Amino acid sequence: MALLSIRNLTTVFNCQEGMVKACNNVSLDINQGQTLGLIGETGCGKSVLGLSILKLLPVNAVSSGQIIYNNQDLLALSVKEMCQVRGSEIGFLPQSPATALNPVLRIGEQLTEGLQLHQGMVKEKARVIAMDMLKSLGLKDCDKRAADYPHQLSGGMKQRVVAAMSITGQPSLLIADEPTKGLDAVNRAQVIDLLRQLTIKTKASLLLITHDLKVAVALCDEIAVMYSGEIVEKGSADQVLNNPLHPYTQGLVASLPERGLFPIPGYSPSLLDDIPGCRFYSRCPIRNENCKHQPVINREVNGVHVRCLYVDQSGGTQQRIYGRGFQSEAV
Amino acid sequence: MLTYISRRLMMLAIVVLGVTIMTFVLMNVAPGDPAEMVAMARYGLENLTVEQVENIRISEGLDAPVWIQYMHWLAHALKGDLGRSLVTGDPVMQEIMVRAPATLILALASLVVSLLIAIPAGIISAARQNTMLDYLARTGALLGASMPNFWLALLLILLFSVTLGWLPVFGYGEFRHIILPAVTLGTGLAAITTRLTRSSMLEVLEQNYIITARAKGLQEGNIIFHHAFKNAFIPVITIIGLQLGHLLEGTVIVESIFAWPGLGKLLVDSIYARDYAVIQACVLLFAVLFVVINLLVDILYVYIDPRIRYEKKG
Amino acid sequence: MNIFKNKLTLTGMIIILVLVGTAIFAPMLVPHNPNEQCLNQALKGPCLEYPCGTDEFGRCIFSRIIFGARISLEIGIAVTAVSAAVGIALGLAAGFYGGAVDEIIMRIVDIFLAFPGLILALVVAGLLGPGILNVMVALALVGWMGYARVVRGTVLAEKEREFIETARSLGANDLYIMFRHLLPNVIAPVIIMASVGIGYAILASAGLSFLGLGAQPPTAVWGSMLSDGKSYLQTAPHLTIFPGLAILITVLAFNFLGDGLRDLLDPRLKRQSVE
Repeated sequence: MALLSIRNLTTVFNCQEGMVKACNNVSLDINQGQTLGLIGETGCGKSVLGLSILKLLPVNAVSSGQIIYNNQDLLALSVKEMCQVRGSEIGFLPQSPATALNPVLRIGEQLTEGLQLHQGMVKEKARVIAMDMLKSLGLKDCDKRAADYPHQLSGGMKQRVVAAMSITGQPSLLIADEPTKGLDAVNRAQVIDLLRQLTIKTKASLLLITHDLKVAVALCDEIAVMYSGEIVEKGSADQVLNNPLHPYTQGLVASLPERGLFPIPGYSPSLLDDIPGCRFYSRCPIRNENCKHQPVINREVNGVHVRCLYVDQSGGTQQRIYGRGFQSEAV
Repeated sequence: MLTYISRRLMMLAIVVLGVTIMTFVLMNVAPGDPAEMVAMARYGLENLTVEQVENIRISEGLDAPVWIQYMHWLAHALKGDLGRSLVTGDPVMQEIMVRAPATLILALASLVVSLLIAIPAGIISAARQNTMLDYLARTGALLGASMPNFWLALLLILLFSVTLGWLPVFGYGEFRHIILPAVTLGTGLAAITTRLTRSSMLEVLEQNYIITARAKGLQEGNIIFHHAFKNAFIPVITIIGLQLGHLLEGTVIVESIFAWPGLGKLLVDSIYARDYAVIQACVLLFAVLFVVINLLVDILYVYIDPRIRYEKKG
Repeated sequence: MNIFKNKLTLTGMIIILVLVGTAIFAPMLVPHNPNEQCLNQALKGPCLEYPCGTDEFGRCIFSRIIFGARISLEIGIAVTAVSAAVGIALGLAAGFYGGAVDEIIMRIVDIFLAFPGLILALVVAGLLGPGILNVMVALALVGWMGYARVVRGTVLAEKEREFIETARSLGANDLYIMFRHLLPNVIAPVIIMASVGIGYAILASAGLSFLGLGAQPPTAVWGSMLSDGKSYLQTAPHLTIFPGLAILITVLAFNFLGDGLRDLLDPRLKRQSVE
């Protein structure tokens, strides 16, 4: 039994322009102690998926389907019950630590309030534990830092504080939302290391939301690829990254610098548009007329789920569709 | 911080010079002979003689050129002597010092009233955006911002004093006397503060750190009152500071209506009586109050927003 | 037209149009001569003949309110026009020339802003003596600073744009650049400020006439009607209720319009004014 299993989750934003379908019929499983990478380009709905699990989306967002965590459907929980899940059962590591900390509250307070809330600790005890946690994550002068305000900390320090904050409640599942967004190579390596420490230390499962394939390679057991609100491919990290089946995943891999930095031509369709066929149609190198109108079904190939009509059973035939040949064709 | 304060005090000096010179010039271009006015006030219209008028002109120094009169006044003012009232003959300083506390008490009470209305209304309005409560608060704020305070004062008197008989129309010294004037002044300020609190809260509630706070599992009440409000209050403080100045303006009319013995009423009465010494002193004191209040608000601001304090340190 | 999407803006505009119409056609609209005294009809409550009742001299309050609209709008528009003209001129000069000119003008603005405006207006109007013109002078004196600031800010931003350089290289002189290139950019913010400004000027002038500094009797002015009525609060509250209502509705209408224009013309300005 999976720790978290998402079934047919659809999240829709009601906007002035219409209904934005940010997550469309998404199903995912995360097992105990496992790290699942959710990858995709900016705006594909992966962060919305993460926030949907914790029900942290604005009021104009409506989620349907099921999010089963430890045999309870999170979508059916009341606001109050949800508060007990957040932080203590499911932790959240927000993107951009620079804006994730409240500028007018001291670091110490922001760290300990979760402990005080979920574990009923008195302030002093919560403080001791929080300091230990900061220390173990490699922050120096913890006591002094605790009295500081966020703007007095460097970016790396804030990253550690935010990381510590996300695990103060000892959650069984941690959702990390783009933890490496906008970081340089050195900081990125530090964050990867930090995340590795977190998962080892807490033995928690990790849902890692990222657009950065390298981070996913470094940390994940399983990978799910999201495109325009849908999961297009999911399977073990090894299979998905080394032997991608879906043309989009192949495009993502080919766009890595060491694979020649070949971009996928075109843009994602608007999440406002309802498309009867495949959402990748407009950019797909192997498309044909069927893709445009026929509903796409999930197929399983060697344990990998893939959402494409034209992936054959053996899996590897369209391996080299991206590369120089494709590039010249596009030009 | 110190340089900042001294710069503001410099500004105060310039403002005081500016407005007092302007008042002096206006007094002298204004129609009507001040000496005659004073004589009329002292001796009555019937048995007024030319001799009396001329005596007053000389005794009050009203025969000297304008700039001499001004330098004379300034020299004395710097020593804390604001002259004598042309009408009553009492020292002006003494009168002012009796009146100033009344105005400050009224301004403070109005501020309290406005915050008691505006902060909850603004927070509820933002937390329950686009609900009936929100619309109610916004309509109230719009009405309050356009309501002439002298009319509101009369309506309040009509309802609470004339019709219900609960509160006195005039008086000073007891708690019940301050209710109507403070509510009159406070509601106008509350309208502006409500709007600002609401928009400030809405902006803060969209910030990432609010998502972080929610993700910790904090209850909505804690998030709104602690995490969000502490941030949203910073811009509100600034506006309250600016509005306090307008509160002083409001005291002039409201004090006149409720016969509240403050500076505002003193100023209006002295304008009617053309009591130049008192007018000049009131202008001086309003300038000082205005600048000092704004300065205090700025200092308070530093203590509320830790980022500003940091900049000063670094 | 986007402006009609917003109901409040539309309401404001309709009220203002009605007010302007009322002011223009006042003599044709009034049921009675506003200054005609019928002492035997004094202090009558609202009835068919006198829609808003009569005052202590038996004058028709409804007719007086209508004539009051005239004076109120005159004052509001005149004060705002003068304030805006002075503010625009000084703001343009400060922003365009920069340096010492800018420094001097902006310090003057700071000085004026460091004193409560309405109190200054009260002192000025009080010392100049009662009268509508004096009230207008006093209010314009304390109303121009906001325009100067906004215009200066806009000009500073626009000055650096390329087309100014181009115009200069083509031999345009300062005045030409100011009026042809810079002035059009300040129109939107000035219109927004002016629409709220008219409402504020009407409110402030009503306040001053309430204190007895505006038009002198028997001229019908809303502020002094209120102040006369306050002695009869107990017996004839309609003397205070109706003129006050007129002020409230007028100011509200200009505020509606200002808010609507702000959303329509310049969404950024809202934030600027808050900061």
